[in-house]
Amino acid sequence: MSVASAVNGRRSREAWGHWLAAQRGILIAIAIFAAMFATYGWKQEVGLTASIINTASNKGALLALVAMAQTIPVLTGGLDLSVGMIFVLSNCLAATIVNGSFLMTALGVIGVLLVGIICGTINGLIVVYGRLQPIIVTLATGAVYFGFALALRPEPGGSVNFEFADIMTRSFFKVPSSVILMLAVVFLIWIPYRRSVLGRGAYAIGSSEQAAYMSGVPIARAKVLAYVLAGLLSSIAGLLLTAITYSGAAKAALGADYTLNSIGAVVIGGTSLFGGSGSAIGSIFGAFVMRTVGDLLIVFDINPVLQPLFVGIVLLIAVSLGSLRLLRIKNRLDLYR
Amino acid sequence: MEGNAAPLLRMEGISKHYGGVRALEDVRFECDKGRIHALLGENGAGKSTLIKVLTGVVQPDSGSIILDGQSVSFAGPAEATEAGIVCIFQELSLLPDLTVADNIAITSPPKRFGLIDKRAQRRLAEQALARVGAEDIHPFAPVGDLPLSRRQMVEIAKALARKPRILVLDEATSALTAADVTKVFAMLKQLRAEGLAIVYISHRMHEIAQLADDCTVYRNGRYVATFAAGTKSDDAIVEMMIGREYSSVFPPLSEKKPDGPPVLKVKDLSWAGQLKGVDLEVRPGEVVGLGGLDGQGQRQLLLGLFGTLIGATGTIEVNGKVVKLASPQRAKSADIGMALIPEDRKNEGLMLPMSVRENLSFAAVDGFSRFGVVDRKQEESAINEVINLLKIRSDGIDGPVASLSGGNQQKVVIGKWLMTKPRIILLNDPTRGIDVGTKQELYQLLRRLAENGAAILFYSTDYDELIGCCNRVLVLYNGTVTRTLEGGELNERNLVASALNLPPSTASTGPAELAAGAV
Repeated sequence: MSVASAVNGRRSREAWGHWLAAQRGILIAIAIFAAMFATYGWKQEVGLTASIINTASNKGALLALVAMAQTIPVLTGGLDLSVGMIFVLSNCLAATIVNGSFLMTALGVIGVLLVGIICGTINGLIVVYGRLQPIIVTLATGAVYFGFALALRPEPGGSVNFEFADIMTRSFFKVPSSVILMLAVVFLIWIPYRRSVLGRGAYAIGSSEQAAYMSGVPIARAKVLAYVLAGLLSSIAGLLLTAITYSGAAKAALGADYTLNSIGAVVIGGTSLFGGSGSAIGSIFGAFVMRTVGDLLIVFDINPVLQPLFVGIVLLIAVSLGSLRLLRIKNRLDLYR
Repeated sequence: MEGNAAPLLRMEGISKHYGGVRALEDVRFECDKGRIHALLGENGAGKSTLIKVLTGVVQPDSGSIILDGQSVSFAGPAEATEAGIVCIFQELSLLPDLTVADNIAITSPPKRFGLIDKRAQRRLAEQALARVGAEDIHPFAPVGDLPLSRRQMVEIAKALARKPRILVLDEATSALTAADVTKVFAMLKQLRAEGLAIVYISHRMHEIAQLADDCTVYRNGRYVATFAAGTKSDDAIVEMMIGREYSSVFPPLSEKKPDGPPVLKVKDLSWAGQLKGVDLEVRPGEVVGLGGLDGQGQRQLLLGLFGTLIGATGTIEVNGKVVKLASPQRAKSADIGMALIPEDRKNEGLMLPMSVRENLSFAAVDGFSRFGVVDRKQEESAINEVINLLKIRSDGIDGPVASLSGGNQQKVVIGKWLMTKPRIILLNDPTRGIDVGTKQELYQLLRRLAENGAAILFYSTDYDELIGCCNRVLVLYNGTVTRTLEGGELNERNLVASALNLPPSTASTGPAELAAGAV
């Protein structure tokens, strides 16, 4: 046993400590979700059957995808109020063009994703080059996107390729497709993004835009990309919604509901609204926590009308956990920074 | 030394104005490979602006930068870094939420399959940290959790990881511990041997004596001289740094010496390593200046008195009674009667979109409201009184403060606090960035307030102001009062010398003594 190996042991313990501290938000969200879901499965008379898990997963996955979309602009210190509207627009568009032969369906899916990317690009360009606050830009563009959705589908309806819808909503070896979809988004989009220069740039900007500029981070590109990805992920959620409902509907309430709940899910998932820290993976669990509240009310025989009340309480608890750092501040002026 | 070959870097005819304020006027600078070049000058001499021009943070109005014989211009810090010019800034350029390793490799991390290779990045960070002798810092620690001195070491490691040809250190050692400074110096000498050009800004003369090969002095935005280190005495250097043009007139001090018991008495005030046992007394009618170089604890001292620092220790007595000031609200309450004119008027002093009227009456509004309702008539007359007193020029008191000139905005900040009828007035560099005419008005106002019995504690980075306005000046160095200057002693030479923590003797100090006195 040499001194060096003792030092190495301490260093690796330290590394674990830092890793744990960095993942604290996600771990709290996972713990809350696990506790809630276990309670749900235990109280549920039939237990956690494949079909119950599938239904729960489908419901949660929609919000989880929109919340992942929301996470990325939030990491830069921004906010995207149009995610819910891009979600609705994609739903209306998918119920129109994701149809016909295999080729046509595939082209339709690509078309929907492209529209999501375009919407996100517009948001990003206006925020960066118009130098406007993201909150008002995306409020306005969201209204525009919803206008397109209404024009496309004034009445609820439309249809979607049956095989596509079936694949998106069934289970493979007891794993729901929606879970596979979320995993695909995590491994094919989120993790590569997280480990790219522009992805880390998003964290840098949210952490301190001035310092990021001084360090030579490509600020404009990183910000635009954040909104582009938010648009893309929202349109993926829109595709899943179409597969679940077999139709499209331009409902303003739906879009607004998803936008606001996505912010809640992001916060429960441990991402700071000031930007700079957090993860889209946390947002997945944040979304599932919010969705499981409704299921818990049913099994405990509480009037489901009270769901918003309980969601609100969960949200408040999560936010309080996040603000414990304020206790360490030494100059009161820093409280207001 | 300076051979015939063209130097690595030459800056010529650099000028930069901010509005009407001249920051640099036809300034030049040269430095070469394998040399450490110190920039000297007092507060506001233009050193920091020059560095900002060099690193692309600000664009000069005129002038040229010649690097390796080629004329260059940088649109931003990223371009300067690409050209091999890296600066360690006073204000840290670190991202608090990111890990040390992420920060060190922020713009050009090692990659595998197009993605950031965390393992290689960690190795790179460890090497960079080892190079500056900061192996104790874990590469996965979030920078925001590190104490200031460790963060400064990360900043230095980050700069080195960028493989600079020209490394600029702007007061980079001011936050370091003595042990770290030794390590950094060894590293800088090593880098010099490897052929880097190092530009070194520090207010610590002994550091410059230890390190520098060449020195260039600036004064008041102008170039003064360049000379080889060790060829001039401390006194000669101080002489070059002072001699600013007198640009303002000061009202005479009143004949009557302020006496009577002190209204404010501070004993052993300490906070977070930035204030180390400050003692002071201010009597009614007295203007006490806080001098010294920027960042020696003056701001923290004022904030501590005004109740914004948590965990400050020591005692504060107001009118002979020990008081506990836990918030600005308590500090301004009737029995204390304290007011703080903050330095950052845009953030801490004013609500820019709100009207002049609202801004003026914010601090004093309790005084003329009954049951929470503002008595507009009383408010109006109080406001008019202050506007007349301060000669605030605006299009009308219901227009937004943002539309006023800088000088008039500053008057609104001061007016707002005068409306509370304070007995203790703390001023944090109140004349920074305002025009000469307004400055003069403020000096006269200070004098009048003192004559009417207010006790004034006045921090300024402008030495002329301290000399012209104050009965006494306390010089702060490294978080504590190191010297009090009064009467005939209160002159620019003594202020500069004591700010640099040089001995008060004015006898000429040889370079040998200077080097010996360094440690």
